[in-house]
Amino acid sequence: MSFNLETAENPEKLRRVAIDPVSRVEGHGKVTILLDDQNKVHQVRLHIVEFRGFERFIQGRPYWEVPVMVQRLCGICPVSHHLAAAKALDRVLGVRKLTPTAEKMRRLMHYGQMLQSHALHFFHLSSPDLLFGFDSDVARRNIVGVAEKYPETARKGILLRKFGQEVIRHTAGKRVHGTGAIPGGVNKALTVAERDELLKDIYHIVAWSREAVHLARELHTSNPALYNSFGIFRSNMMSIVGNNGDLDFYHGNLRARDDNGGIIFDGVDYQGYNNILEEEVKSWSYMKFPYIKSLGKDQGWYKVGPLARVQNCNQIPTPLAEAERREFVDYAGGTPMHAPLAFHWTRMIEVLHAAEVIKDLLHDDDILGSELMTEGVRQQEGVGVIEAPRGTLFHHYQVDENDLITMCNLIVSTTNNNQAMNEAVRHVARRYLHGKEITEGLLNHIEVAIRAFDPCLSCATHALGKMPLEVELLDAEGLPLDRLAKNGDGRFCASLGLAD
Amino acid sequence: MSDTFTLDGREIPFEPGQTIMQAALAAGVYIPRLCYHPEFKPHGSCKLCTVKVNGRHTASCTYKAAPGLQVESNTEELNTERRTLVQMLFVEGNHFCPSCEKSGDCQLQATAYELGMMSPHFDHFFPDRPVDASHPDLLLEFNRCILCSLCVRASRDVDRKNVFALAGRGIHSHLIVNAASGRLADTNVALEDKAVQVCPVGVILKKRRGFAVPIGQRTYDAAPISGHVQGSASLTEE
Ligand code: SF4
Ligand code: FES
Repeated sequence: MSFNLETAENPEKLRRVAIDPVSRVEGHGKVTILLDDQNKVHQVRLHIVEFRGFERFIQGRPYWEVPVMVQRLCGICPVSHHLAAAKALDRVLGVRKLTPTAEKMRRLMHYGQMLQSHALHFFHLSSPDLLFGFDSDVARRNIVGVAEKYPETARKGILLRKFGQEVIRHTAGKRVHGTGAIPGGVNKALTVAERDELLKDIYHIVAWSREAVHLARELHTSNPALYNSFGIFRSNMMSIVGNNGDLDFYHGNLRARDDNGGIIFDGVDYQGYNNILEEEVKSWSYMKFPYIKSLGKDQGWYKVGPLARVQNCNQIPTPLAEAERREFVDYAGGTPMHAPLAFHWTRMIEVLHAAEVIKDLLHDDDILGSELMTEGVRQQEGVGVIEAPRGTLFHHYQVDENDLITMCNLIVSTTNNNQAMNEAVRHVARRYLHGKEITEGLLNHIEVAIRAFDPCLSCATHALGKMPLEVELLDAEGLPLDRLAKNGDGRFCASLGLAD
Repeated sequence: MSDTFTLDGREIPFEPGQTIMQAALAAGVYIPRLCYHPEFKPHGSCKLCTVKVNGRHTASCTYKAAPGLQVESNTEELNTERRTLVQMLFVEGNHFCPSCEKSGDCQLQATAYELGMMSPHFDHFFPDRPVDASHPDLLLEFNRCILCSLCVRASRDVDRKNVFALAGRGIHSHLIVNAASGRLADTNVALEDKAVQVCPVGVILKKRRGFAVPIGQRTYDAAPISGHVQGSASLTEE
């Protein structure tokens, strides 16, 4: 199967533009664009190099090490992997229900993670584009520029993230590489002092989260021509949903809707995820392309993440976020919103929901409890799924009788969004780059589309909005004709060699 | 009135027959060490406890105290040498602290912190020895062995079992299990054995316990290893 613009008719006659982060670490992204003499776009591909080696690396390791070990997979949301692995291994231990303290501690950790990750991506990475314009002065288009022009916005964004990190520290023991969740439960509850420290700030956090939703809504609704159409494509959507169809990031059943909002499947126990999902390998990409089996490769791809979740659920079980969800649904006009830039608005609705849930959990004495672990009848296999900040995350393990991992399969959020991000990038390339002289500002449009999905690209973490890029214009033989480079500090140099 | 020697300018009393290490421990003075354990005969192999006695390098865990000795231990020169030894131990094995269940309870890690080690400095060997998970309750992660021989001594001298041994020489030395199959499941090791309690790093592990103690409550979270001078507590307690 080939999608429009996925593969050019006669690529050998075309010039090649590659947007490539300089740092070659696991999980980096690259966009290649093939242009002809008139700069007409013939082919656009987003390649993401996934850290697949991990699935082999973890084989032969003891299962209890996995929730800690998997945090090496991602520098942005290690907690998501930590929890998805712990959930899968709960099942291996035959544990279907945790103690109330354990489940609430894990939720607290996860919602803290949601808050810090979403705040990082909206305020640090995306707000400069949204506030100043996609091709605004590159020297100012960063969080420092935002801090100068909108000091209150930047300050609150930074504090929201900090608070999320503090929640993680108190639940996992450390901000990164914590150990809080262990198969069958958790290793700690909150102390009264820890709870009180978080309680002290939570009311500001809820209020600021609400302001963040309003900022994202304002940006969207004041420029509908851009926000409703930039990079748009229609697709199915998938997420887990909790009891009664509630928005739930920690646990639930799988639900998918088609592009009109009709249910494709619902109430599916994710232990059987491989009965409903299939992953396609394409020769040009290391990252697989998952799709819904019953619909096939061409029709079965989907998007995940905030935009899918907020529209997939029946309601949000906290009042302030639910009011914002309704407003969003009303704005969309009773039909699903597919515009990638709407990810930001829904992402901030989720931030508000996370803040409200954290507030409720801090008022629940179960998080001070002492029953931390549950036991069950040992199994050979388990699947753990959570809604990570970027979307549905699957961890699947088999464990032998000596307690060692024999099989690991992961479908990370970014993989789930692989086709969707490719579609968005192609749309933007066709609309903005087609027939034009390439400039930094135009290339940033591509980055803006990718950043809307908020993928787990290490380049995004390392450079915090200053993604270093290498842009090559190649001739038909693949020899470089010219190169543009955007340095890590955001400077754009037109001449060859400066990026070395 | 017992005899004394001088350790970093301080008078340290000692009983006849005591080593410098034993006398220092009794006086509450920390000398870095990895292969010495108060309950076992000194082995003198890790060289971390090296001090200068009257100007000459020697292992304090084997050197007998004598009246009037001038001993230097906590000096920039000796600590730099010790740091190098620890760095070499780090790269010879797989010591990835963030994902190791012994983190926070590990003497190698705690000693590295104590000596201000900021990076491994040398290239990693990345050994790739498979774990031995054959025993229902114990796991052996050979890639972390620092060859201190404490388990060998404990099994032989206390448990009277000889479950563990060091085989090979020099860079090829490695820990083995005394069973025809080479598997721990085929020995008479028991959970209560001293040999199972004594590993200073994360080689001999009770299964299904990893990460049960939260960060903040582990052995070296509250005080650095030099604050655990009486030593045996941190070596034997779970
Ligand atoms: S297994 Fe542990 S106690 Fe035994 S020699 Fe190796 S490091 Fe020392
Ligand atoms: S402690 Fe003295 S040589 Fe190891």
